[in-house]
Amino acid sequence: MNRPPAQLAGAPLREDLLQIARMIPAQARVLDVGCGDGRLLDHLMREKQVDGRGIELSQAGVNACVAQGLSVVQGDADKDLVDYPSDSFDFVILSQTLQATRRPRSVLLEMLRIGRFAVVSFPNFGHWRVRQHLLLRGRMPVTALLSQAWYKTPNIHLCTIRDFLLLCDKLDIAVEKSLALDEAGRAAPLGGYLRVANLLSVQALFLLRKGPDFTPTPA
Amino acid sequence: MHTPMAAGEAALVAGHGHGFVLALPENEPFALDSGSALLGVKIAYQTYGRLNAERSNAVLVCHALTGDQFVASHNPLTGRPAWWDLMVGPGLTLDTDQYYVICANVLGGCMGTTGPQEVNPASGKPYGLDFPVITVADMVRLQCRLVDHLGIDKLFCVIGGSMGGMQVLQWAASYPERVFAAAPIATAARHSAQNIAFHEVGRQAIMADPDWRQGDYQAHGTRPAAGLAVARMAAHITYLSETALHRKFGRSLQNRQTFSFGFGADFQVESYLRHQGSSFVDRFDANSYLYITRAMDYFDLAAEYDGVLAKAFRGIETRFCVISFTSDWLYPTAENRAIVKALNAASANVSFVEIESDHGHDAFLLDEPEMFRTLAGFLGAAAARRGLRRP
Repeated sequence: MNRPPAQLAGAPLREDLLQIARMIPAQARVLDVGCGDGRLLDHLMREKQVDGRGIELSQAGVNACVAQGLSVVQGDADKDLVDYPSDSFDFVILSQTLQATRRPRSVLLEMLRIGRFAVVSFPNFGHWRVRQHLLLRGRMPVTALLSQAWYKTPNIHLCTIRDFLLLCDKLDIAVEKSLALDEAGRAAPLGGYLRVANLLSVQALFLLRKGPDFTPTPA
Repeated sequence: MHTPMAAGEAALVAGHGHGFVLALPENEPFALDSGSALLGVKIAYQTYGRLNAERSNAVLVCHALTGDQFVASHNPLTGRPAWWDLMVGPGLTLDTDQYYVICANVLGGCMGTTGPQEVNPASGKPYGLDFPVITVADMVRLQCRLVDHLGIDKLFCVIGGSMGGMQVLQWAASYPERVFAAAPIATAARHSAQNIAFHEVGRQAIMADPDWRQGDYQAHGTRPAAGLAVARMAAHITYLSETALHRKFGRSLQNRQTFSFGFGADFQVESYLRHQGSSFVDRFDANSYLYITRAMDYFDLAAEYDGVLAKAFRGIETRFCVISFTSDWLYPTAENRAIVKALNAASANVSFVEIESDHGHDAFLLDEPEMFRTLAGFLGAAAARRGLRRP
């Protein structure tokens, strides 16, 4: 009746999750939104002794997390972030989920209301392979990171790195750190050549904080 | 296991088959939310496993409306398996090799704890309707006296389903520093209008039975068995789900090929409900049913906190695990989620799982592997944090 909890300890962490983990200091209060099977939370709790919580949409994911002893609730980034008090976490993480939310702008604002910092990663729709699919084949892109056909994909709000930075600017969200990941999973700081990075990065990762005029409910 | 008590303090008395019974000092009034007080209060309880030297491994199980203190193994009074024998026992999720499990009959109950069928010391006769109306908070305050008596400062966990879950929430709100972990299951922070309505049907059925005698049936030597059975039948439907009823019975007839064109139990589902009703009256007191359902109806945890449930949990360090079941229409997921929302708003440490099951509200009592797996993970992590050794 009592199966031992799933063992994630020691399982290799996805490159983008490893990069996120590097941004989190020890003992931070962390909320992982869309935490999946709890891989990142588990890693952060073991390696960084964080006070970690998670939100996950899928029932199977939540059950796997709680059965491992992680504090995770079933919930939805779009609907449930409003329940959390302001400034109740140091870091709010949203990895590879922003593009699947219904209102990414509100989600971003909520994350920075709840946390001192937000960590966001997403697939870059400006990558040359994506552009090639549209330009040469005239078809919706299907790539390693965007693996589903247009009629099946949960990704309904895709954006490019440039799009994302423009939105941050508009919402007075300051970019503290930015990383670009190439096809081999190699991470590099997103330097001055935004045009190049937007073409060559399959995904991007940002550490964000509130700008001086940030307000969680802009006009 | 029990420390000897000095004169004038609460004492252990013979329990007449009800297990252990703790009697509060006879001259000490036990104050109730209603403003009245009870004298000579007793609380009947069971314990399983051993309290460790640090007194840190105690788990309090809170039972539901018609439950009792016999949570594990078998019930010595009915001879049937205990109500949570799938959850509590050696090697099970609430492992009695690791934890010291306590379960007490609630105040107002009929299994040895003071309730309406017990003798009123003021009159020398059974209380009947002279018993004061009690609340879930009163039940919890009495359990707290028991926990004090057992010499336990901080419970490792308080766990329970349905009305048991209400007690878990009340424990966390009233004594947050004494609850390390809390698992409210298939429950609500307040009783819904629909649930109050179902309870009212049950109470009216009991009170419409002429043998109820205005609650004074013990003096008249009668029992409102028909009324209590109907109350149980109506309630029992709310514990199941349409899918479960259909799977179990469909429209199958009971021991017959055709309709009787009468009002006997033609259908299996009727026969089943009649059996549920008649076997219930053998083990439960009708007035207890009135008082305990009333306590549940009055339960609204937020009411004490300006109507804001999150305020009940402000600053709490207790770790919570809330569980609901998809087919539970008595305490639906939305009610359990409201608890989770409030805990999140209070920045509490909370896990929440909705388990897929067609067993309805009763799922929490049944073999639901996902529930056991979830709780094992939750308790395991909490035990590690509390520094409890595995057996």
